[in-house]
Amino acid sequence: MNTFSDSVNTAFSLITSFDPLLGSIVLRSLAVSACACLLACSAGLVLGAWLGVARFRGRDGVLTVLNTLLALPSVVVGLVVYLLLSRSGPLGFLGWLFSFKAMVLAQTVLVLPVVTALVRQTIEDADRLHGEQFQSLGAGKGMRSLLLLWDERYTLLTVLIAAFGRAISEVGAVMVVGGNIDGFTRVMTTAIALETSKGDLPLALALGLVLLAVVLLLNVLIALVRRWRERLDDDPPPDGVKLLAAQPQGGGE
Amino acid sequence: MSALFELQAVGVHYGKVQALKACGLRIQAGERVALVGSNGSGKSTLLRTLHGLVRPTLGAMQVDAAARQAMLFQHPYMLRASAQTNVALGLWLKGVAWKDAKTQALRALERVGLLALAQRNAKALSGGQQQRLALARAWALRPDVLLLDEPTASLDPAAKREVEALMAEFAEAGMTLIFSSHNLGQVKRLASRVMYLEQGRLLADLPTHDFFNGPLPLEAEIFVKGELV
Repeated sequence: MNTFSDSVNTAFSLITSFDPLLGSIVLRSLAVSACACLLACSAGLVLGAWLGVARFRGRDGVLTVLNTLLALPSVVVGLVVYLLLSRSGPLGFLGWLFSFKAMVLAQTVLVLPVVTALVRQTIEDADRLHGEQFQSLGAGKGMRSLLLLWDERYTLLTVLIAAFGRAISEVGAVMVVGGNIDGFTRVMTTAIALETSKGDLPLALALGLVLLAVVLLLNVLIALVRRWRERLDDDPPPDGVKLLAAQPQGGGE
Repeated sequence: MSALFELQAVGVHYGKVQALKACGLRIQAGERVALVGSNGSGKSTLLRTLHGLVRPTLGAMQVDAAARQAMLFQHPYMLRASAQTNVALGLWLKGVAWKDAKTQALRALERVGLLALAQRNAKALSGGQQQRLALARAWALRPDVLLLDEPTASLDPAAKREVEALMAEFAEAGMTLIFSSHNLGQVKRLASRVMYLEQGRLLADLPTHDFFNGPLPLEAEIFVKGELV
């Protein structure tokens, strides 16, 4: 109990004193995970949306592999990316090992299946319910997937949160490919692991609390944005109708 | 006179289930055809087959490719966007430039009495308003044939009357209507011809007056009496 209360106090004092070391670790963690999520979401949204509407031979097999990848251990991802980026590996010429880029790549690989699988399920469910209506309007599979992706945008914010949560909370991959170098590749999770191994439990727990607080803050922000946008969607602009009615009405009768 | 639709012994399977069996019919331009029958009788499958959403697994089907079609579903799906955008989207998907589509969408909304709600989120509209919005989306496409799958099934009486009035106006303007309905009063008011389906078979195909006054196959007669009680 003392350890825990010490940790809370330590965390509080670290935060309130704007500890530069803590700040740099938190910012680095956020930057790595944000970059990884951006990359994974860019690819995963398109891939997941396409998988949601596409029907092809071997699709069930692809989905089984994709769902299996959801349970991919982060340390295995770290190991694979390490092998790829090591000097003798196929991507060794990039010279990324033990760098920020290596950590981003590892987290992207880790998060991509999460985004793809969740988006695929969301779009497939929506397409099963409403795809026929888009088909009736003349939308092909590609257009249907894009329209559903856009229409499910608020639901997909949850996918973003899940992806970010998976990225920022993992330790194995960034530890292996980043090396936990002080001031260079040390992030919150690797710092927690290090402080624990050194026996500095209050600081380790304090970092854990900061990590939780950061994720909580992001969740709250996304929830607020979602609610604000949904409300904005439901309420018409006050003189929107007048503006529209004033527009010249051409087009074929 | 060439037919808009001509089906010869058409069958449709969903996996092992046969939803439509040996269906033969011919529909001309300008007709107002009502499809009636109990749930699971094949009405929706027939509509979706005519619209090209489902391919027949048996028989032959000929469709007038020059006739433009639009379909209205029982629960129309609207994008999380304004009513105007939802109508414009249908036009845009048919190749109309977005700017023109937005303008034509306003005209379509005016046609169904929803101009004042043009900027409202379509998902925030009531069931009746959404059905009228779907009608506007269909009407904007200037279809020659409008297929409607139980268009008033889940609406309150006032919304039902509004949708029905629009269907009647579209028919008056020369549009061919093919609709499914459980509301026999509505069938009497709107249809010129009634088709009765049961378990995927087309058991009766008669002018509306004959359907309600003439002799019917036993199953159809039981259905009509049951519905009218």
